[in-house]
Amino acid sequence: MKASSDAFVRRLLLAVACTTVLCLLVIAAFIFKEGLPFLLKVGPGNFLFSSDWRPDSGHYGILPMLVSSLYVTFGALLVGAPLGIAGAIFLSEFGPPALARVAKPAIELLAGIPSVVFGFIGVMVLAPIIRGAAGGPGLSILAASLVLGVMILPTIMSISIDALAAVPQSYREGALALGATKWQAVRMVVVKAAGSGLLAGTILGMGRAVGETMAVIMVAGNAVRMPRSVLDSGRTLTANIALEMGYATGMHRQALFATGIVLFVFIMILNGLASSALKRRAGKR
Amino acid sequence: MNAHRASQRVAVSILAAATFLCLAIVAFVIGFVLEKGLPQLSWEFLFTKPRDMGKAGGILPAIVGTLALSLMAIAVALPLGVGTAVYLAEYTRETRVTKVIRFGTDCLAGIPSIIFGLFGYIFFVTTLKMGWSLIAGALTLAIMVLPTLIRTSEEAIRSVPQSWREVSMSLGATRWETVRKVVLPNALPGIVTGVMLSFGRSIGETAAVIFTAGSSFRLPKSAFDSARTLAVHFYILAREGISTDKAYGTAAVLVIAVLAVNGLTYALMGGFMKRKAR
Repeated sequence: MKASSDAFVRRLLLAVACTTVLCLLVIAAFIFKEGLPFLLKVGPGNFLFSSDWRPDSGHYGILPMLVSSLYVTFGALLVGAPLGIAGAIFLSEFGPPALARVAKPAIELLAGIPSVVFGFIGVMVLAPIIRGAAGGPGLSILAASLVLGVMILPTIMSISIDALAAVPQSYREGALALGATKWQAVRMVVVKAAGSGLLAGTILGMGRAVGETMAVIMVAGNAVRMPRSVLDSGRTLTANIALEMGYATGMHRQALFATGIVLFVFIMILNGLASSALKRRAGKR
Repeated sequence: MNAHRASQRVAVSILAAATFLCLAIVAFVIGFVLEKGLPQLSWEFLFTKPRDMGKAGGILPAIVGTLALSLMAIAVALPLGVGTAVYLAEYTRETRVTKVIRFGTDCLAGIPSIIFGLFGYIFFVTTLKMGWSLIAGALTLAIMVLPTLIRTSEEAIRSVPQSWREVSMSLGATRWETVRKVVLPNALPGIVTGVMLSFGRSIGETAAVIFTAGSSFRLPKSAFDSARTLAVHFYILAREGISTDKAYGTAAVLVIAVLAVNGLTYALMGGFMKRKAR
């Protein structure tokens, strides 16, 4: 009696555990169901590589958005990755442990602050500074890159700290015993050993930057135009969906779902890369 | 040798500078919002309805909407998340099935919120005909926070010592009785941590909520009413330039909520760690 009820619980829990996979499949199915027929009709080439986006007259080219998304994402990485990784190295290898105990939760606070608040600070503080110092509209690819760079800091930093902590203490001791300075030991041994973990953190940070929406809408300017410099206004893929979803119908709405497909595929590729980087680390040990 | 020492000094100073820059950014973000927003706060702001599109009055409906939406999302996601964690940690070894479940969880965690918004709109709002409503928003958010709940719960369950399970089973308890009476009560602080993290994420979410729960000003009366959360209210105030003062005030409420949630989480985790060490 008891054993059979236990078997029932096991089956029930297995069913519950499958909900995440089911959710993922349903999400993918509905995004593709709405967007794929459109994508096939217009042709992926025309959709991805035309820079003419005028939904009201039937022109659906997302190249400017694709390019803006790439600019903003790499800009965010240029800001967030060096800062996050340098911070992680300092806190786990050089700084006093007491500092790490305070600094880690403080930086993780950034992950909890709503993205709209970051966007607002970008508008109120950063954009006027950029406008004054470098010219242009202020609300720009540069502003978006800086804001996103800060937003992805906690992701990159906490994964990097974990990766550094996973490097066996004996590696450090071995390098120091061979006469290396602490910095040489960190640079040549520890950082190398933690390399794939640092890479995984950076890729996941990149995923966050690609997918961020509200903060980018507020600071990037949103002009549907090929950006010529980082001081230009730009509209990302995510911003394009969120700005037009409110009123889009018919083909136009399908085009936004097709934009969602592009985003979805991009994120899945990044996640795959990150998890294979993490696996490589696990395999090495 | 001296050159090596010198290069170490330079390198460490640069790393330290980067660390302090990160901390300065955190301090600036929080300090800026509180400095501008705290003067806007008053009982009237917190407990009255907005007037004149949000130019005047308070944010009561947004506070109610945020709490209702977050609590509903967690009510849906918690049993699913803990159930999944119990299955992964207690009922199976690492098999192909668990690999698929873990992969699914990781992918779900990486999906951007605007995709959740699109999905929630087309699935809950349109296909299931829920309309813009608290329930559609809560179900969308529930899927979003599920990976967090699974991960933190599994970690908490795995940290319960193996010997406790063995004692329970040797006394004749089934696996399920052991899970219910020994494992879950002792994993509770860790599970609560996951709940707090999910709560924090729900409070701040905008893109997924605006397309599923809508942005109605009115106080929601049932789960099928549209509602506006604090984050959505703030976004509309700021983006449409309705009122910078009210926007700062709302931002301060959001940031204070996030600080409170994080503080509580760390206090809980601290207690949890101490107990584990004992």
